[in-house]
Amino acid sequence: MLSLKDFEGQKPAWCPGCGNFMILRAFNEAMVELGLAPHEFVLVSGIGQAGKLPHYTRGHTFNGLHGRTLPVATGIKLANHKLKVFAVAGDGDCYGEGGNHLIHAIRRNPDIKLLVHNNQIYGLTKGQASPTSMKGILTKTQPFGVISETFNPLAMAVALDCSFVARGFSGYSEHLKELIKEAVHHRGFALIDILQPCVSFNKINTYQWYKARVYELDNTYNPEDKILAFQKSLEWDDQIPLGIIYRVNKPTLEEQIPVLKEEPLVKQKLQLGKGQELLNSFY
Amino acid sequence: MKSIMDYSIKIGGEAGQGIQTVGDTLAHIFARAGYYVFSHQDYESRIRGGHNFYQIRLADKPVSCSRSKIHLLVALDKESILLHEKELSENGHVLYDSFYLKEKFKKANFLDVPLTELAVKHGGSKIMANTVAVGAVAGMLGMDLMIILEGIKRSLAKKGKETVEANLNAAKAGYSFAHEECLTCSFMLAEVKNPKLVISGNEAIGLGAIVSGLKFYSGYPMTPSTGIFNFIAEHALDFGLVVEQAEDEISAINMVLGASFAGVRAMTATSGGGFALMVEGLSLAGMTETPIVIVLAQRPGPATGFPTRTEAADLLFALHAGHGEFPKVILAPGTPEQALSLTYKAFNLAEKFQIPVILLTDQYLADSQWSYDGLDLTNFEYRDYRLRGEDFRGLKEYKRHAFTESGISPLAIPGEAEHVIVTDSDEHDEDGHIVEDAETRIRMVTKRLFRKMPLIKKDMSPPLLYGDINPEILLVCWGSGYGITKEVVDELSADYKIAMLHFSELFPLPEDETWLDIFTKARVVINIEQNATSQLAKLLQMETGIKIEKHINRFDGRPFTIDELKEKIDAFLKRF
Repeated sequence: MLSLKDFEGQKPAWCPGCGNFMILRAFNEAMVELGLAPHEFVLVSGIGQAGKLPHYTRGHTFNGLHGRTLPVATGIKLANHKLKVFAVAGDGDCYGEGGNHLIHAIRRNPDIKLLVHNNQIYGLTKGQASPTSMKGILTKTQPFGVISETFNPLAMAVALDCSFVARGFSGYSEHLKELIKEAVHHRGFALIDILQPCVSFNKINTYQWYKARVYELDNTYNPEDKILAFQKSLEWDDQIPLGIIYRVNKPTLEEQIPVLKEEPLVKQKLQLGKGQELLNSFY
Repeated sequence: MKSIMDYSIKIGGEAGQGIQTVGDTLAHIFARAGYYVFSHQDYESRIRGGHNFYQIRLADKPVSCSRSKIHLLVALDKESILLHEKELSENGHVLYDSFYLKEKFKKANFLDVPLTELAVKHGGSKIMANTVAVGAVAGMLGMDLMIILEGIKRSLAKKGKETVEANLNAAKAGYSFAHEECLTCSFMLAEVKNPKLVISGNEAIGLGAIVSGLKFYSGYPMTPSTGIFNFIAEHALDFGLVVEQAEDEISAINMVLGASFAGVRAMTATSGGGFALMVEGLSLAGMTETPIVIVLAQRPGPATGFPTRTEAADLLFALHAGHGEFPKVILAPGTPEQALSLTYKAFNLAEKFQIPVILLTDQYLADSQWSYDGLDLTNFEYRDYRLRGEDFRGLKEYKRHAFTESGISPLAIPGEAEHVIVTDSDEHDEDGHIVEDAETRIRMVTKRLFRKMPLIKKDMSPPLLYGDINPEILLVCWGSGYGITKEVVDELSADYKIAMLHFSELFPLPEDETWLDIFTKARVVINIEQNATSQLAKLLQMETGIKIEKHINRFDGRPFTIDELKEKIDAFLKRF
């Protein structure tokens, strides 16, 4: 039996009170409850405070470049689709630097679970605007306030027919844990956008700010209805929905590649004997 | 030595007219008949119109470059005549269709073949005109008709009986017409036997990757590297390869890194602009010690440059690519045969030392086709350098970046044991976790760079000396400069004690430095490069202190022909 002890990693270097601690806890608890041992999954992360999470739990880890989590995760999944693959990124990492990869990962639909720690600010570089920062907020690099529209990852994901779209809140780690478990049970690409206060640099979107607005979707909400999901994904300002916004079952990337029908690529025998035949085709 | 039989055929026309089809078909027919061929292509960055050509050299001895003089010009448009008539040799002929070109030429060496008319009449459609042209070329050359028909049958076998039949009739019509009408044609074909294989640089890399155990390829299409992508995708099902077209080159290299981390041999290919986007990923391969192979098929820059033309100006870019200091290897094949063996070497070095290896080619090598009696795959033994299965499970503990005497840490596969595998783009400890301390940093740099680099140098081969072993004149070149320089040496060896020093394993230079002596022995050293700034010479000076004073550079996007290069070398030699 797995226990939380199996997921004890390095000592976190996050600020005291950081929303990331609760995300880490939700993740570890979800792994225990799912019975996923550290050697059965890979965590791929980028750069930012979120990118450090894999070091603070235990699992195979590829902590790569800023913005590039999803291509690495996709490569891993295609090479060994029997491994569970998680991508862990921040809002700057995934919605800014790696925005293009997010679009195409959704289109490909590999069975990867993407956790985005969305604190609506750049933490590691000390407080610049992120794609999800609210319009008008003042920062050191946006001295006249953020001019660009706030990026809405969920609306974009629904529009792209992402197979699993959800929102969690680090303040509700029990709810978040359940979302992570649901995402793992789902077959296909899953985006969980996790609202997370940054206690050092985001003085607007605080615990209190989120707590006053978030609400959990209940059983009456049908996440299979795409139009309704799109409407839901647009809710923000006063009422922010938490839970599975959209879900659709469709074939995954790896299921559609003939070569991967059975064994994972890494386990398949090389066909080197046929090399001479291939060479002969040049005559 | 100059071959007795040495003909050059140029097929010119607009993009979309099927120049490549005619050229490819002829090259393969000649090779199957037993002749040696060399072909290169010159095309514009467009799908229709403009001016393109395909040049084939046909000989009874191996040939490795194009000549300036042509013996047969197949002009599918008028522009071809305007541009290339002056390249005709003394007894050179032009094949054209006055109906299509809307002009009749009253010159004895111009043969007006009604390609379109014969195509409709004998092949049933004007799209057979190219097959008529193939037949007509063979007719002018006086080749055995059966060889042509066999060749066409073979290359169209998959297209069904009717198509084959129509093409055979079209070819026969072209053949008979040209054979009978070309009264001034006096081509002398040598007796040859044994079919030759025809292979391009891109195909050789694709083949080399597959026989080296490639399992994963990701790329973004970019001329002139796309042929590799096409080749690998074509054989994916047969060889159990996963091929994924990425949204950009950044994604391509990161997917390749992910696949390699998960335990399979992985590769990507691109050209300069795409490689520029991959550079951060290259550095990540260096830091995480993840083996990958990257093909950089060069084309003229900066920026978009000449998208479909050739240049070799990214050597120093490749050398310095990637922020920070980490070991990498750069290999630059000069021929498809070298491309095959160096691709194998690239995969082995990458995995053995857990480093990125760059295969540097260019448009000229990528697209040119060479012929061989055969290529040998027997030395391509597969050796797996990764830690898998029982060997991994049996370990008490596992540290991905463990300090070892050689600097090489065991490279394990995630999921095959209960040990976890951790790596990081941050500086890390032996376990792969982020660190900040100076001592670990120094130990890691020592491990990754200082320990591995001397070992890598042991595995690198010295440059190839071809020609006189005590040359007075030394021609230095690298990569695709091989074929042309070699033939120049052949032709000038009657008059001079001359040799070529060809570099295909560019970085790091080998541990054994005995080859350096040649620079002090030779009276004249001439460096030949397809770039403006003599980048190999700079690399040699940086790494060995040798300074070469004389340079021949070409940077107009076109390859040297042997005659042009010989002229330039002659000019140099007259001054001494």
